[in-house]
Amino acid sequence: MIPNALPLSLQDNPRLDQWVAFPAPGRVSVRTGKVELGQGVLTALLQIAAEELDVAPERIDLTSGDTASTPNEGFTAGSLSIQVGGAALRLVTAELRALMLEQAARQLQCDVSRLAVADGAILKEGVPSGLDYWRLAPALDLSQAATGAAPVKAPGQLRLVGQDLPRTDLPAKLGGAPFIQDLAPPDLLHARVLHRPRRGARLEAVDEAGAARLGAVTFHRSGDVVAVIGEDEAEVQAAFTRLRDRARWSGGVELKETDAEAVTLLDRPTAPPRVVERGAPSGAPVVRRLEATYSKPYIAHGSIAPSCGLAKFEEGRLTVWTHAQGVFALRGSIARALGLDPALVHVIHHQGAGCYGHNGADDAAFDAAFVALARPGRTVRVLWTREDELGVAPFGAAMVVKLAAGLDASGRPVDWNIDVFSPSHGGRPGMNGAVNLLTPLSLATPPDDPAPMDLPDAAGGGASRNAFLLYDLPHQKMVHHFITDAPVRTSSMRGLGAFANVFALESFLDEAAEAAGLDPVAYRLSLMSDPRARAVIEEAARMCHWDMSPPDGIARGFAFSRYKNSAAYLALAVELSVEEEVRVSRVWCAVDGGLIVNPDGARNQIEGGVIQALSWTLKEQVRFSEGAVSSSTWETYPILRFSEVPRIETQLIGDPAHPPLGIGEVSQGPTAAAVANGVAAALGARLRHLPLTRERIMAALLEA
Amino acid sequence: MDEIALRVNGEDRTARADAGAPLIHVLRNLLDLKATRYGCGQEQCGACMVLLDGKPTFSCTFPAAEAVGREVETAEALVSHPLREAFLELQAGQCGYCLSGILMSAKGLLDRTADPAREEIVAALDPHLCRCGAHERIIGAVALAAARLRGAAA
Repeated sequence: MIPNALPLSLQDNPRLDQWVAFPAPGRVSVRTGKVELGQGVLTALLQIAAEELDVAPERIDLTSGDTASTPNEGFTAGSLSIQVGGAALRLVTAELRALMLEQAARQLQCDVSRLAVADGAILKEGVPSGLDYWRLAPALDLSQAATGAAPVKAPGQLRLVGQDLPRTDLPAKLGGAPFIQDLAPPDLLHARVLHRPRRGARLEAVDEAGAARLGAVTFHRSGDVVAVIGEDEAEVQAAFTRLRDRARWSGGVELKETDAEAVTLLDRPTAPPRVVERGAPSGAPVVRRLEATYSKPYIAHGSIAPSCGLAKFEEGRLTVWTHAQGVFALRGSIARALGLDPALVHVIHHQGAGCYGHNGADDAAFDAAFVALARPGRTVRVLWTREDELGVAPFGAAMVVKLAAGLDASGRPVDWNIDVFSPSHGGRPGMNGAVNLLTPLSLATPPDDPAPMDLPDAAGGGASRNAFLLYDLPHQKMVHHFITDAPVRTSSMRGLGAFANVFALESFLDEAAEAAGLDPVAYRLSLMSDPRARAVIEEAARMCHWDMSPPDGIARGFAFSRYKNSAAYLALAVELSVEEEVRVSRVWCAVDGGLIVNPDGARNQIEGGVIQALSWTLKEQVRFSEGAVSSSTWETYPILRFSEVPRIETQLIGDPAHPPLGIGEVSQGPTAAAVANGVAAALGARLRHLPLTRERIMAALLEA
Repeated sequence: MDEIALRVNGEDRTARADAGAPLIHVLRNLLDLKATRYGCGQEQCGACMVLLDGKPTFSCTFPAAEAVGREVETAEALVSHPLREAFLELQAGQCGYCLSGILMSAKGLLDRTADPAREEIVAALDPHLCRCGAHERIIGAVALAAARLRGAAA
């Protein structure tokens, strides 16, 4: 393997001992820069390491996301934890096993082919040789760089990978105290931090004395930031609630109610349009032109737990505990915003509730660090409120997608044009050289952050993610209109631009099929030569009996996408009915993710993604009133409930000889498109703007 | 501050708290029973659900003082309960933050209804939000636990 083909995680962290150590007899220490976000990734990474090392999983102590001890693998994002982080770990552990066997062969003066590994012990001709990893390790230089040259196991040799190993983290989550919110060292101080209700607002007055009457609390203020601090959480919460409710703010960017409608993005200033073209129009005469505009609104992450951070400042060193997706980037931003040397800041990941992108975790960690500096020697715990979680954490960006295509006489696209309008999907700490944290903007000396930018295409793109279709089209032209002044802070949320783009593209493809008078599945297959894509489309169609008509009152919708055009392939069909509201009753998914490390975990991610995307598609929209976010409770920001979820069947049909492909975000976009296509089939009228609410259904019926 | 005497998971416990302090604060911070999760503080997500005399109750708003003399059950009490075993068996969860509250509502249901229909399970769980989308597995785990309990009773 040539060095530049190594996974990025390994290029950035080449030394074997950055990943694996043998600290004590019988124990293996494995370190990953990827973190558990509720997706089960630590179990899958454990399986990979145990597989290639040939040790029992129980021997492995896995450390994750710690700036002092783990490799820096960037953010746990983009469905890359297995595809890139797992690939790196697989190569490292395979190489370690090979190095151990070579060393054993030297010591035993025999050929490597006579040796094998069983749970870390070296067997010679199937008999224990007296050597094992722990006796051999001192003779090896583990500080050498990985070459990636050692062969990984072939599909037929796999024992653990491909098995449904139970999640290692789940037992503690059923009745234990595994979450960052549960950390309670003896020196704990509770704190709440006041956030401004809108960008640029200034704090005119707070009634600290009145708040202090509700409990034994103290305050820390810098600029427009006020923290309420105390020993008793109930008192801190009561005092903070009063302080917040009576705080007077002035100025700032007033949010208009109409700003919540994505189509108002079209009235906002943009950077110069960026044009990317692939191929050229086929030259066939265009007999029909189609155009349509689609949109999705701002949506909230909506973790079930409010964000939490802990921090302790002692002897000039700051330790921070966070559930953020990138501990190294967060360290850099906290250090810059507080004027500290990053070498004196230690950031440690600790599990939180489910994370679906850049939520409030980083900001809550900063809030804790901010208070910790004012209370040295104590561990400060900041918990956000539900209103903060739904109101001031970054939002998934609203988007407008305009599509236009010319079809030839047979209905095939001659040209294909997509215009994407969106603010940034890449506002994470450190991105674009910015601090990108909430509270520092309200400090007496805010950081001088540059204007936001979007993720570059080379990093998977933000608004441009999945803007190009995988189908065989002679010509695709994308124009990216980057909105430079979104009314609210936006950043990465599960799928980024792929959610809106796949919703729009796969809806529009159905519109093109209808214009051509062709069945949507047959039309897709007629445009697709990639055999893996064809296979998932055909499998999903088979699963839902696409060739048979659905029962009366039921409609079906279909969609396909390969996430980022580089991760897993997924085709999805839904069965739904529409009365006043859309009710999705069944979903079928066919997925090719190559080698699947943990099939049950993969299904859980894919099906969870479907349900979350159904919630986005049918219900979710951030709303504004009286100048601020008004959808900051579960009552005003409803999500899908138990009584509304469909039954889902998933088939994993990838060939295990193919490397693992990311599956964490594959189902978001196709879910929205399949539902929209099903709704169009049910109503005879197409809804192109999310969410697909009762009001929009009624309006579409009146027009139809 | 008042002395609040509670009966939690079959044990008598006391804590010093303001009479109006929510039950979740006493459980988590004063009695170190952290399996009860804080989610919204507004009775809207169910993460904090406990059983009070067998009835699912939002502990985020319920005044601790009003729980005096009543039986409080939290997820810590389910360590060897068939519900927890069924959730592990079906891997019914993703991030797991919602599960403590869901376990309590499920226990409340199974304590009154030995053979709940799917609709009854769904109705019992509907006050709970799960953001990861593990709903179907969770419904299945409650049904599995009910079947196991019936099997044990038979």
